[in-house]
Amino acid sequence: MTSQAASIEAHDHHDVRPIRKAAMWVFLGSECMFFGSMIATFLLYRNTTGEGPGSEIFDIPFTSASSFVLLMSSLTMVLAHHAFEKRDARGTRIWLSATALLGITFLAGQIYEFTEFAHEGLALSTSSFSGAFYMLTGFHGAHVALGVVMLLAMFFLSLDGRLYEQRGLNVELVGLYWHFVDIVWIVIFTVVYLLQV
Amino acid sequence: MTQAAHRAHPTPAVYWGIALFLGVVTAIEVAVPYISALDPVRVPLLIVLAAVKFGTVVSFFMHLRYDKKLYRTLFLFGVIGVIPLFLVVLATMHAL
Repeated sequence: MTSQAASIEAHDHHDVRPIRKAAMWVFLGSECMFFGSMIATFLLYRNTTGEGPGSEIFDIPFTSASSFVLLMSSLTMVLAHHAFEKRDARGTRIWLSATALLGITFLAGQIYEFTEFAHEGLALSTSSFSGAFYMLTGFHGAHVALGVVMLLAMFFLSLDGRLYEQRGLNVELVGLYWHFVDIVWIVIFTVVYLLQV
Repeated sequence: MTQAAHRAHPTPAVYWGIALFLGVVTAIEVAVPYISALDPVRVPLLIVLAAVKFGTVVSFFMHLRYDKKLYRTLFLFGVIGVIPLFLVVLATMHAL
């Protein structure tokens, strides 16, 4: 047995999963406050559009489709986690890649949406409304992008059987992060888009 | 390990059913702003629908319904903490 393998085995005798999972929940709780403060800021500035456009330029049908894509990525993520728990490597890879693909689709939609808004005169510095809107949705998009990177990392790790439950990138923890990104969008979609129609 | 930690997670069929439910709720959400008869209750209705989706994903997809109470407490601490945060932001901006 190599010294690295012995180290891993010794490490695995101590089940650190509950501690890691509790830490992830603490992190997600703190993220609630992070996004909560940005949503509060958006609500404060939603009517301060100055000379620029406001929420009338939102394309609700398009954003609804994007929201549905992200919502369904939560389904594929939980199916990836289920397959991982059942030691189904092929299923895990299929659902992980499907989740990453849906995440990339959502990001592509957001880039398209931002580009369209910029063409219509809504730049980051146009008004307090635009600044608050881009900061909130942009930070959310950054979270989705980070999630996609983690999903792809897990996909490639799984190709040679390097996905472990006890250490490294864990399917369950990344899943929790991904679902969190989804529930934040559920709130953003309602507060930023639907309530402003 | 607590009793809650032993509760079995749902099957894939249940996950698909939950996804269908979430899709239907999203469709209702999108329709609400376009139905003028619902204008008087539009804001509370949209907030309730979002809360239903939020709770469903957290409970079933994030397994908070099946996991240890500690995780629920840790997460709720953050969710409930948003309320005073909202008030502080509004007070700072003299919007209260």
